[in-house]
Amino acid sequence: MHSNAALAEQFDDLPQQHEASSLGMWLFLATEVMFFGGLFTAYIIFRNFYLPAFEAGSRLLDVRIGAFNTAVLLCSSLTMALAVRAAQMGKKRLLIAFLLLTLLLGLTFVGVKLAFEWRHDYLEGLMPGINWTFDGPDARHLELFFCFYFFLTGVHALHMVIGVGVLAVLILMAARGRFSPLRYNAVEMSGLYWHFVDIVWIFLFPLLYLIGGRY
Amino acid sequence: MSGHVVPKKLYILVFAALIVFTGLTTGVAFVNLGKWNTVVALAIAVSKASLVALFFMHLRWSSGLLRMVVLAAVMWFAILVVLTLSDEFTRQWTPVPSSWEAQVQQNVR
Repeated sequence: MHSNAALAEQFDDLPQQHEASSLGMWLFLATEVMFFGGLFTAYIIFRNFYLPAFEAGSRLLDVRIGAFNTAVLLCSSLTMALAVRAAQMGKKRLLIAFLLLTLLLGLTFVGVKLAFEWRHDYLEGLMPGINWTFDGPDARHLELFFCFYFFLTGVHALHMVIGVGVLAVLILMAARGRFSPLRYNAVEMSGLYWHFVDIVWIFLFPLLYLIGGRY
Repeated sequence: MSGHVVPKKLYILVFAALIVFTGLTTGVAFVNLGKWNTVVALAIAVSKASLVALFFMHLRWSSGLLRMVVLAAVMWFAILVVLTLSDEFTRQWTPVPSSWEAQVQQNVR
């Protein structure tokens, strides 16, 4: 009979429980690598096929906004890491503050994407299928670049929105005192997910915005 | 048991490195290095991703089992990319058989 409420009965001890949670989360993230990996591979292949059009597409994106959003996301990863640290040390108010900060930075990222980038592309007629009016050279293959751009950034933003939802639940749980230095796996595993989404963007930023002749 | 508590200073140091790398990769994009632009951009991206995984995701202090899972994920992705690209890059190595010419001409993009 376990006297410790932080330990689920199927585990021998807390380290084993922690290892099991981590293994499950990392396996999920491995499937996510394959999910984004297929898209990345397709992007690499088609970029290779139609290099001039894809480079022209890259130049139509605003690198300043891309770099700003990268910084926002890196900040949110720092606050998430600090949130896990606060949970490990049982500092409840600090934990809630850092989770809230992470949530706000996540919303900033998605908000900037919507308000400044996607909206701008829509108004400029650079949104395939919805508003596409570009008729410059190689318009068909430029359209393909923007298909990749919207799908990759869209799926990434969807992950961000899911992450924001997870953070909201964590904040509620933290406010109800559900975490302690013995019981914080939920915070740490959500952190792994949040950092993974950050890593996806770390690759999306150069692949979409940077490579392709900015000079 | 409360796992490995990482010093706050280390997190901030890693964060500073990530920001510096972001500035660096953005700056380098405006310098003409030929095909090295892509190599540098991807090398910096891999470095940043490694920093996040090792420190923010605690992989540096994780068990061999978890590292193996991460390694497997990277390996599967590498297989996906390398095998796909090996087809793409070697298509031109052998000439199209003369009996296929007519067919190829029809399908040319």
